[in-house]
Amino acid sequence: MLLNALIDLIPELNKAFLETIYMVAISLCIAILIGLPLGILLFVTDRGLFLENNIVKSVLGFAVNLIRSIPFVILLVGLLPLTRLITGTTIGPTAASVSLSVAAIPFFARIVETSLREIEKGVIEAAIAVGATPWMIIKDVLLSEARPGIVHGITITTISLVGYSAMAGIVGGGGIGDLAIRFGYYRYDNTVMITTIVVLICLVQIIQFSGERIARLVDKR
Amino acid sequence: MIEIKDVTKIYTSKNRQVIGVDHVSLTIQAGEIFGVIGYSGAGKSTLLRCLNLLERPTSGQIMIDGVDLTSLNSEQLRQARLKIGMIFQHFYLVSSKTVFENIAFALKAANKPKEEIEKRVNELLDIVGLSDKRDAYPAQLSGGQKQRVGIARALANDPNVLLCDEATSALDPSTTKSILTLLKKINRELGITIVLITHEMEVVKDICDRVAVMQNGKIIELGTVYELFTNPKEELTKSFINSILQFEIPEHLLQKRTGTMVKILFKGESAEEAIVSDMLQTFKVKGNILHGKIEYIQNIPLGVFIMELTGERKEVERALDYISERTNGLEVIAHAA
Repeated sequence: MLLNALIDLIPELNKAFLETIYMVAISLCIAILIGLPLGILLFVTDRGLFLENNIVKSVLGFAVNLIRSIPFVILLVGLLPLTRLITGTTIGPTAASVSLSVAAIPFFARIVETSLREIEKGVIEAAIAVGATPWMIIKDVLLSEARPGIVHGITITTISLVGYSAMAGIVGGGGIGDLAIRFGYYRYDNTVMITTIVVLICLVQIIQFSGERIARLVDKR
Repeated sequence: MIEIKDVTKIYTSKNRQVIGVDHVSLTIQAGEIFGVIGYSGAGKSTLLRCLNLLERPTSGQIMIDGVDLTSLNSEQLRQARLKIGMIFQHFYLVSSKTVFENIAFALKAANKPKEEIEKRVNELLDIVGLSDKRDAYPAQLSGGQKQRVGIARALANDPNVLLCDEATSALDPSTTKSILTLLKKINRELGITIVLITHEMEVVKDICDRVAVMQNGKIIELGTVYELFTNPKEELTKSFINSILQFEIPEHLLQKRTGTMVKILFKGESAEEAIVSDMLQTFKVKGNILHGKIEYIQNIPLGVFIMELTGERKEVERALDYISERTNGLEVIAHAA
C-alpha cells in the first residue's frame, strides 16, 4: 500500500526534484555573478578602505537593505512585471528563478561583505604598500583570503534558496517544496508530505556537507 | 634620501582631535639604517606609515629622492611604492598563498613577465635563506621564516628604501638577532636605506647608524647611536639606554661596602686602555670591580664599570681625579662610609 503510493509518486517527485535543482542552480549562479561583485563593492568602498566612496557605499547599502526587507512572497508577486520582461512569462520554474535571484543577490552580497571584513586589515595594507593595483588586491588578496568564508556563504545561500523555492508554487514554479505544500499540506497526504520532507532533508544535508568539505579544502590558514 | 618636512598627522574623531605626529622634520641619508625609538603611542608607527603614505599627513611633505610623495596622484604613488619596501610586526602575508605566490605578488604589481618573476623569486628566496620553503603556506612557517618572506616580498622590486614597522617585536631574541643580521646584510650589500621603528633599545644598538627618540608625536632627541648611548640628554633616552646598561648591585654588597663606590664610563679608545690598572699602580688605593660590561656599539666599545675604591681619603680622591681625566664619565654613587 505505502510502497505503491511511493512508486506512484516517483514521476511527480522526479519532476519536482529537477525543478528545484533548476531554480536553485539558476538563481545561485546569478546571485554569485552579481552578488559577489556587489559584496566586494560594499566592502572596498567602506570608510578607510582603498576605494572609499561614501555615495556608492550608501546607495548600494540602501538598495541591498531594501530588497532584503521585503518578504519573499511579496517580492515574488511584486516582481511579476520584471519577470515577464526577462523571461516572457510569469509562470513556471524559469519565471520563479527571477524572483529567487533578486532575493538571493543582496543576501549573498552581505555574506561576501562580512567574510571580507574578517580579513586582517594589515594584509590589505601590506598589499597597498607593495604597490598593488586595486584590482590585484581584490583578486589576489580579498578573494583569496576570503575563499573559505565565501564558500560557506555559497552553501548558506544555496540552502536558503532551497527553502525559498518552496514558495515558487505561487507562480507555478513547481519544485519539491511546492509538491509538499500542494499534495501534502492542502490534501492532507502524509505520504507525500513526509517523502518530500525526507528528500529536502537529504538535499540540504548534502549541500551542507559538500560546502564544508570544499571550504576546508580551500582553507590554508 | 628621505626628507620629512614639517609633517603633522592629526586624527579627528567625533568630538576630539588626537595628534599622532607633531611637526616632525627629519632627513634620512641614503644608505643609512635609521631608527626611531619610543614607547607605544609615541607616534613612531604613524610617522613610519607616513613615509609611504599608508597614512596621509595632515600637513607637511614627504620627499623621497627629491619627489614629494604627497603631490603624486594615485597611479604615480603606486609606482613610487614599488620602490619603497615595507615589513610589519605581524608579517601580513596572504595566508591562502604559498611563499612563492606571496613574493610573486609584489612582482606582479610591477607588471613583470612570468619568467622574470620565477627567476627573481628564486633569487629573493636565496637572499633570505628560504629556498626550501618555496611552496609552503605561511601557516606552516615559524615567525622568523614568515618575516623572511615579508622581507623577500619587500625587496622584490629592488626598493631604495625599506620601512620596518616593529619588524622584530613579535619574535624571540635569537630569531630577532638573525632577522637583524639579515637586515644589516641587506643594507650593506644592496645599499638599501632602512628606516625602522622599535621600542627595544637592543635593536637600535645592534644595527642602527642614527636614531631618533620620539615622545608625544615629537622627536625629542636625535643623533648617532653612539652619541646617544654615551651622552643622552633627555630622560626618556636615558631610560631606554638604562634598559641595556643598567646594573643592579645586590643589596648586601651595598651594605657591606666600606670604600667609595663609583661608576666609570669608558668610550672608544679609552675602553681599550689599561686605565684602571694604571690607576691602581699609581695610587695607594685598592679597587674592587663589582660590575662591568663593555658593549660594542657600531663597533666602538663602550665600557661601564662599577668599582669600589678603598684607601686613604686623599689617595682615593687623587685616583678619582685621575680617572675622570682619562675617561669619559665618572659618577660617585656612594662615598666612603
